Amino acid sequence: MLQIYCPYCQELREEEEFSPSGEAHIARPRDPESLSDEQWGDYLFFRKNPRGLHREMWHHSAGCRRYFNVERDTVSYVIARSYPIGEDPAGAMVEGHDHE
Amino acid sequence: MSDSQRRLPAGGRLDRKQKVSFTFDGRPMWGLAGDTLASALLANGVETVARSFKYGRRRGIVGHGSEEPNAIVQLGSGAATVPNLKATQVELYEGLEARSVSGWPNLDVDVIALLGVFARFLPPGFYYKTFMAPARLWMTYEHFIRKAAGLGRAPQNPDPDRYDKINRHCDVLVIGGGPAGLAAAREATRQGSRVILVDEQSEMGGSLLSLGGSEADAAQLQWRDQTLAELEASVDVLLLPRSTAFGYYDHNFVGILERLEDHRGLTSPGRPRQRLHRVRARQIIMATGAQERPLVFANNDLPGVMLASSVRTYINRYAVIPGQRLALCTTNDNAYQLALDWQEAGCDIAVIADTRPEAEGVLPRLARERGIDVRTGTAIIEASGRKCVSGALLAPIHAGGKSLTGPATPVECDLIATSGGWSPVVHLSSHTGIRPIWDDEAIGFVPGPHADGPVAVGSAQGIYCPLACVEQARTEGAAAALRAGQGAGESSSPSPDIIAALEEPAQALFLVPHTKTTSRAPSQFVDFQLDVTAAAIELAAREGYESVEHVKRYTALGFGTDQGKLGNINGVAILADTLNQSIADTGTTMFRPAYTPVTFGAMAGGEVGDLFDPERYTAMHRWHSEQGAAWENVGQWKRPWYFPVAGESMEEAVQRECLAVRNSVGILDASTLGKIDIQGPDAAEFLTRVYTNSYLKLAPGKCRYGLMLHEDGMIFDDGVTACLGESHYLMHTTTGGAAGVLGWLELWRQTEWPELQVYFTSVTDHWATATLSGPNARKVLARVCHDVDLSDEAFAFMDWNSATVAGVPARIFRISFTGELSFEVNVPANFGRHVWERLMEAGKEFNITPYGTEAMHVLRAEKGFIIVGQDTDGSMTPDDMGMDWIVGKNKSFSFLGKRSLERSDTRRTNRKQLVGLRTVEPNEVLPEGAQIVNTPDQAVPMAMQGHVTSSYFSPSLGRSIALAVVKGGRNRLGEKVFCPLADGRNVAAVICQTVFYDPDGERQHV
Ligand SMILES: [Zn+2]
Repeated sequence: MLQIYCPYCQELREEEEFSPSGEAHIARPRDPESLSDEQWGDYLFFRKNPRGLHREMWHHSAGCRRYFNVERDTVSYVIARSYPIGEDPAGAMVEGHDHE
Repeated sequence: MSDSQRRLPAGGRLDRKQKVSFTFDGRPMWGLAGDTLASALLANGVETVARSFKYGRRRGIVGHGSEEPNAIVQLGSGAATVPNLKATQVELYEGLEARSVSGWPNLDVDVIALLGVFARFLPPGFYYKTFMAPARLWMTYEHFIRKAAGLGRAPQNPDPDRYDKINRHCDVLVIGGGPAGLAAAREATRQGSRVILVDEQSEMGGSLLSLGGSEADAAQLQWRDQTLAELEASVDVLLLPRSTAFGYYDHNFVGILERLEDHRGLTSPGRPRQRLHRVRARQIIMATGAQERPLVFANNDLPGVMLASSVRTYINRYAVIPGQRLALCTTNDNAYQLALDWQEAGCDIAVIADTRPEAEGVLPRLARERGIDVRTGTAIIEASGRKCVSGALLAPIHAGGKSLTGPATPVECDLIATSGGWSPVVHLSSHTGIRPIWDDEAIGFVPGPHADGPVAVGSAQGIYCPLACVEQARTEGAAAALRAGQGAGESSSPSPDIIAALEEPAQALFLVPHTKTTSRAPSQFVDFQLDVTAAAIELAAREGYESVEHVKRYTALGFGTDQGKLGNINGVAILADTLNQSIADTGTTMFRPAYTPVTFGAMAGGEVGDLFDPERYTAMHRWHSEQGAAWENVGQWKRPWYFPVAGESMEEAVQRECLAVRNSVGILDASTLGKIDIQGPDAAEFLTRVYTNSYLKLAPGKCRYGLMLHEDGMIFDDGVTACLGESHYLMHTTTGGAAGVLGWLELWRQTEWPELQVYFTSVTDHWATATLSGPNARKVLARVCHDVDLSDEAFAFMDWNSATVAGVPARIFRISFTGELSFEVNVPANFGRHVWERLMEAGKEFNITPYGTEAMHVLRAEKGFIIVGQDTDGSMTPDDMGMDWIVGKNKSFSFLGKRSLERSDTRRTNRKQLVGLRTVEPNEVLPEGAQIVNTPDQAVPMAMQGHVTSSYFSPSLGRSIALAVVKGGRNRLGEKVFCPLADGRNVAAVICQTVFYDPDGERQHV
């Protein structure tokens, strides 16, 4: 069971208080109508499945009810950091490579 | 011997004044307070404690702790019976009833052994081959195998005991209370850490509890007492004896099972029996120790062949002598301590066979000085005896350990103790990605390094010398404290006052050679519990299984309830040798939690019976209950399903309730619908983005029905939203969808549209809702509501008004889910029952009828109104449901899901579309979920056209009605289709419009 730091509550809390909400930093296209079916399909359905560092969104659903982002290693499950929505992800992070 | 027991006259950690009576397989026996069931059985001279899984061979007690593979027992009978316990871990209590779980009809006469059925049945690879074969073959065998082999029976009745759970946090969790664990815990405590020390035994001390009476041993025991006393005196230390850390999980989360009452009796009335500690630790120190490896030689499974350290434990801790004349075979110095203690106890030693070419360490020399026959370069290659050990075969062994260098000679003995060295207990962390690595010096797998994971100390890290153990544990204890934020990392304890004999290097020996080849020698057992022999592992390798995980599955090595604690390393080494590769390259199988079995009771804790899941009640719940309502579970809500009167069947009750609504007036408790209060200057804009239709022009006092789509264009919720005032709305959601919708709204507001000023609050529980529905609804309401004009002109369909109902401030929504004139009366929940009862009184004249969810479903289906989650399943668009009219195509913002409605797949014309179905035979009610085909005259599998989503008998229409989704259904009105049913019938039905009753919708507008 993970222990997750909520950047709003500023505390490490148990995973039971949170709900996972999928990959982070997937911006909704500004003008969906201008996209091809394929482009829209990419936004809808395609997600990274990296072996290594992964940025994902969590919801403190049984706590402050805020959404925030987490950088988690999908192999070791070590969470490098949590940061609020809207904050730029650290540029220095090494992208996890797709699992082949 | 005393009292005809195999008991030493003095010594042991026992209360000699307290005799404890117990039974084993019905035979009355007694032991002493402080005994385990295993030590008591040995004291009573019990040799055979089990019959082996496959061959039905006699098995005796081998070990003294969690490694024991044979002595598996079931305690007690009836509801409280506990299966699958190791006798070595069961503390004796007065009246204990134990039964062996194998052997039929009993341990002494075993039919399986007599017939040899399983040996023929279960060659190596049996499981593998059976699983690869058609599934039914396994089904055939499984029942028989389980029954005959048996590892206990699950209780059939509810557990009479209660269990407990607790969450804990600490700076440093130390797992294992042996010398290393005690030293680490003390050091961390001195640094100022909050420490939890957990150990599976009844008292702390681990291997120290097995020590004898020598000067060195006495000094170590004194160190243990002092250290423990210091820990006990500290307020920052929680000591958990009788507790097993059974699993290590992510982020330093550890599950610990504490056995609070198991040592007192089979049940513990009034007190929790076990407690599950869920511990989150900043730092974890694994002081889990090491388990002695048995040597693998011919007939090494005979009762009377035991681990050297276990024999030593039985003598010193339990004052039990498990034999008269001992033959010891060892690869190391450490086991000589047994011989010295054995001799001290006044018993005979036949021989010490040391497999090493020479043995010149302190202990071997001491043994020789004491006149013990020590033979180096010698091994016990075979045990002999019929029911138990009566002798051993000795043979000179080559220095490499692979072959014999001379003929075998027999020696007389009734107990063989063996030591093949030690295997660090790496189980706890090995499944988390911390793969164990082979250590040549330790001759064992030790935990690999891990940045944030547990640190192993002492023999768990392959450090076997007690002095070095304690030194390293102190250092790591201080380091763990520092990482947890306490101290400076320097250990404060003085050097421990421990004397320990220096030991010479051990020999790596995993299979003792025989005069015959492995395949022809008498069986050399590697895994006792599942009867896996050295020959079977060699066979697996010959058949091409090279991965250790494959060999495990092929031979069942390590598959038993002991997870191969004794056998795995020997098995891996034999495989490596057969494949001619190193053990390091071969690797070990992965141990997984639980380390030892955990009861379901402890995992469930208090969350059983009424406390299993919360139940949600509306404000009118008790009234419904008094009326004898039948209940439907909707999520956690209890909703009245129907209200039967005087012996009515469900069918009769639902028909009466439906007709009451259509012909006069009914009343429904609709409190469970989700209600979200939405406020803020951008609320209307926000609603317009999340619903398919627009709310920008919804005026205060008006209501609007909306469909909510996920971004893939599929319907996931629906409901009516009312404009309460400027920038203030009340959204209704489905009963089951309320929590999900709130999260969905917050998601978009927080992540994509933070610039919108809008706020959400769940108010579901704040309001109680009574829905009046039927032609007389207005008349009823008028009797208790006088401050609002209820006429159709003043209070139109889809309006809402503030009003006073039965003296209570209320919101009345004129919305309808039945197609009849309806008023939904919302009052603060505390007034719910009062208002409900006043409405019932007011409706008496019109025979007002409470109706439940079933009648509500029938009434809405008559009108073709969908229920999200019943008529939709996450793959339905608004157009599929025939609800294109509610999709605002010209809204300026591309609402959620809109773009997906234009995808090629959602534009297909042959998508499944909602239609009505009328069965040709009007009394035939189709089962919901029934598949629809064009004609039953086709081969199986038939081409499916869709399925029935809702189906009822409509009392108003006097016939059955159904809603269904059918491919291209809206263009197929009037077509006949068929539903093939499980009973073989094919029910014919005609596709029709979805609205069965009042197709022009006039009744709700009156
Ligand atoms: Zn929070």
